[in-house]
Amino acid sequence: MEKIKRDEVQQLLNSYQDKNVYVHVEITSGMYASHIDEQVFNAGTFLRNIPVNYTQGAIRGGNDGEFRVGLKLENGGWIYVLGLTHFEVNENDEFIMHGFNYEGKLASALEISSKEFFK
Amino acid sequence: MEKEKHVLVVFPHPDDEAFGVSGTMSRYTDMGVPVTYACLTFGDMGRNLGYPPFATRESLRFIRRREVEESARLIGVDDLRLMGYRDKTLEFEAPGHLSAVMGNLIDELNPSRIITFYPGYSVHPDHEATAEAVIEALKSRPRSEHPKLQLVAFSNDTLEDLGEPDITVDIEGYEARKQKIMAAHESQTAPFLESLSADTQEAAEARDAWLKTEQFYSYDID
Repeated sequence: MEKIKRDEVQQLLNSYQDKNVYVHVEITSGMYASHIDEQVFNAGTFLRNIPVNYTQGAIRGGNDGEFRVGLKLENGGWIYVLGLTHFEVNENDEFIMHGFNYEGKLASALEISSKEFFK
Repeated sequence: MEKEKHVLVVFPHPDDEAFGVSGTMSRYTDMGVPVTYACLTFGDMGRNLGYPPFATRESLRFIRRREVEESARLIGVDDLRLMGYRDKTLEFEAPGHLSAVMGNLIDELNPSRIITFYPGYSVHPDHEATAEAVIEALKSRPRSEHPKLQLVAFSNDTLEDLGEPDITVDIEGYEARKQKIMAAHESQTAPFLESLSADTQEAAEARDAWLKTEQFYSYDID
């Protein structure tokens, strides 16, 4: 993975636009967050292999290397993920964006693929 | 430590075996006891992908699979079962599904001892789901055929509720091997191992805690 390059990510978002794609969305503090610190309220989410079609994808932010990516869906719905820092397109043409927190651990993810992700 | 007919180790994540159990498993394999390690997921939802990242959410499972295979090799386990469930989803499987899977494993192997997590005291939802599935599977089998249970508990209220662990396995002489086993899970353990090798009092205490003994609770099913 490499650090997000805004223009490249925008071009990639454009390339999956108006197509039937699958998304993976993840926000996590880890399963041990409130075991390690009882003051932590451990919220998180995981969505995988959700079929969508988006009519507009945009990357915003970028101060301190943290970006926001939002997708406006064909049916008027929305998906957005905050705190994204890195990206790559892997050998399966899966467009992967990850956000690593200050400890270098994965905190957020948005992935887009025209084929289903591994189940 | 008695010689067992067959030891079944059941954990949900590659590396669950490394920290608290791999010395014990190594002692069993050295005694010639058959040890089966059933690992339910590929740990593909781990948050450690290296930094700078050397893995992604999509590639982590391949890395962790190789790591647990190497760990099993170092321990001397020749029956590694990678069950292929998705990390962090075990508790959401249909009721009875995992306990049926565990039941099949128990029927096939007829283990004399099972090592897994302690239900209610193992923190991670996958750990709890694994522990519950094993206990549930045993409940539907005749008590006289139950294997001995040797369970790992580490939630913050463990000592208060359960008291001191009643099984302590001496793993002196296995320090180097255990360190290698932990290092086999490099994607997850590199920062921990670095802190363990530091030249501080704290690190020396941590080395003692991880490398001299392994502690467990026995468990009776009512």
